[in-house]
Amino acid sequence: MLSIKNLHASIDGKEILKGINLEIKVGEVHAIMGPNGSGKSTLASVLAGHSEYDVTAGEVLYNGKNLLELEAEDRAREGVFLAFQYPVEIPGVSNINFLKTAISEIRAYKGLDPMKAKDFLKMLKEKQKLVEIDGALVSRSINEGFSGGEKKRNEIFQMAMLEPKLSILDETDSGLDIDALRIVANGVNKLKSEENATVIITHYQRLLDYIVPDFVHVLYNGKIVKSGSKELALALEEKGYDYIKEEVEA
Amino acid sequence: METAIKTSTIKDKLIFEYENSKLFLFGDTQLRDKAMESFYEQGIPTRKHEEYKYIRMGLMLKGEFNISINENCSDAQIESLKFLKEAYVVIIENGIFIEGASNVQNLPKGLTICSLVDAEKSNSPIFEKHYAQYADVKADPFIALNTAMTKDGAFIHIAKNTIIEKPIHVIHISTASENTLIHPRNLIVVDENSQVKIVESFETVATTAKTVSNALTEIVVDKHAIVDHYKIQDEKELGCLVNTTQVIQQKQSVFSTHTFTLSGSLVRNNLTVVLDDEHIESHLNGLYLTAGNQAVDNHTVVDHRKPNCNSNELYKGIIEGKSTATFNGKIFVRKDAQKTNAFQSNKNILLSQDGTINTKPQLEIYADDVKCSHGSTTGKLDEEKIFYLRARGISVINAKKLLMHAFASEVVNTIKIEALREYVQEKI
Repeated sequence: MLSIKNLHASIDGKEILKGINLEIKVGEVHAIMGPNGSGKSTLASVLAGHSEYDVTAGEVLYNGKNLLELEAEDRAREGVFLAFQYPVEIPGVSNINFLKTAISEIRAYKGLDPMKAKDFLKMLKEKQKLVEIDGALVSRSINEGFSGGEKKRNEIFQMAMLEPKLSILDETDSGLDIDALRIVANGVNKLKSEENATVIITHYQRLLDYIVPDFVHVLYNGKIVKSGSKELALALEEKGYDYIKEEVEA
Repeated sequence: METAIKTSTIKDKLIFEYENSKLFLFGDTQLRDKAMESFYEQGIPTRKHEEYKYIRMGLMLKGEFNISINENCSDAQIESLKFLKEAYVVIIENGIFIEGASNVQNLPKGLTICSLVDAEKSNSPIFEKHYAQYADVKADPFIALNTAMTKDGAFIHIAKNTIIEKPIHVIHISTASENTLIHPRNLIVVDENSQVKIVESFETVATTAKTVSNALTEIVVDKHAIVDHYKIQDEKELGCLVNTTQVIQQKQSVFSTHTFTLSGSLVRNNLTVVLDDEHIESHLNGLYLTAGNQAVDNHTVVDHRKPNCNSNELYKGIIEGKSTATFNGKIFVRKDAQKTNAFQSNKNILLSQDGTINTKPQLEIYADDVKCSHGSTTGKLDEEKIFYLRARGISVINAKKLLMHAFASEVVNTIKIEALREYVQEKI
């Protein structure tokens, strides 16, 4: 589904990603871990098409298409979804209007007829239940005045509504208490299927207790320095990132 | 030097026109002569004039102008401008009240709507008491010019203890096929404990000629009255509008006004609200959308004369192309006006490199126990918000549209007439 080869990216002339290689197949869950500043969020932003970053080398194929040539909105329409680490607040734009616009544009891109209002409302209700988000939040402006946990839950709710093929969760666990973490993880697990893939970016392994990854990768200094099964995450938690640093630098 | 010569030419031309036509104008000749004298002293303001620093009024009046037009637009054109289905409609075509095209038959008890000419002819005591009492000819040359040269407009009176449920929609239409200068004038008197909603819209159906409308509306809000007032300015590419609104409020009245400038080559708004007694509430809201070479200038004055009053002012603008937008908000708190609360906010979004925004709050406070604040911001559309929306599959154009609607919604949502709110929403 996703094939990243030798990806280099920089911001304001400073290189952050220094040759990422990663293969993700449909139905898989990958975790990307790493210390602060290793390039985790940069990778997520580059995949989502943020114009702040310059890709200086490498390629990314997504279902056979050159992902890097697509505009951010077209990536989303092709099924790439980024759950933001810091979701922005947009006062004056209601979540419902926002999702309605997004879904109608995605459907138009795919050549599908517009969704009927009745079907949209039905879907809205179902997905609300699925990710356990309060209807009152959904009818408000996007993230306006939401707590950190509510914002993260809203990201997962949007994911549920848009039904992406490739979901990238950027530090979705940060700032969540254990109850909120469980709810978010539960939502992600319910949305997982044989037709989609999930990338979980995290600093801690706790989230991985609830969303069990097939592969764990360690990102350090702009490169994936180690890959393994979920046991790698536990080892990291136990030994800390320093042992990776030492290994790499040795 | 050159500007001075041109300005005096316009001035002389207007005085000549006045002398020629004054026999045919209604009303008090003495009042008109005095106003013309005052106009002569003030002249068309240049950019040296402090209040007209950011707008070129001389340019607006360059070239030949006709002041008496007898062109009418078709019934279909008029029908298309009646965007409020449920309303008492008043048609002012090229500055003349057209009774046949208006919908002012079978008015409810307590509501009078007629032309200014008829109000004057019938010696209406209300008209005589209030006409030309509030907009001071010495304060502004366009007030002077309107007072001297107006031919007609609407007189609207709501008698004591009357609630008018349906809005009154006054539609000003410019139709001329050659350059014209008109001076429509309205007088609205809302008596004690009455309530009304009034929408004034300004439209141009002319497509080849420059129409300049120097419109003036005086509004009297008596004790305990509640008045909701709207201006929808949609003068298209060539239309120019100088729109003076002069409001006087009495004890415990509530007055809200909303100015929406949607198009027009040059639009100058002079809005003055005088809070002449205690426990008055005033709301001034505005939204201007400018593009191309448009110039829109909102000058507002809130004059707190007595204690215990509240005023709240919110103006927002979205500026595109090479257009210029100006907001100048003056608040006076007179010596007697203790315990005044006066707030003002002006927020702008600049969408282009070449657009200009001038924003100037002016607070003059002579009382010592007051709460006043003002704030002004100018920014671009937030790139992070645009990216967030795009990351969900929304195109750049629609993302910007959503954000502009969101920005404008704070003002649009203050519209209490649902049909009007929908109409304005669609225009953004």
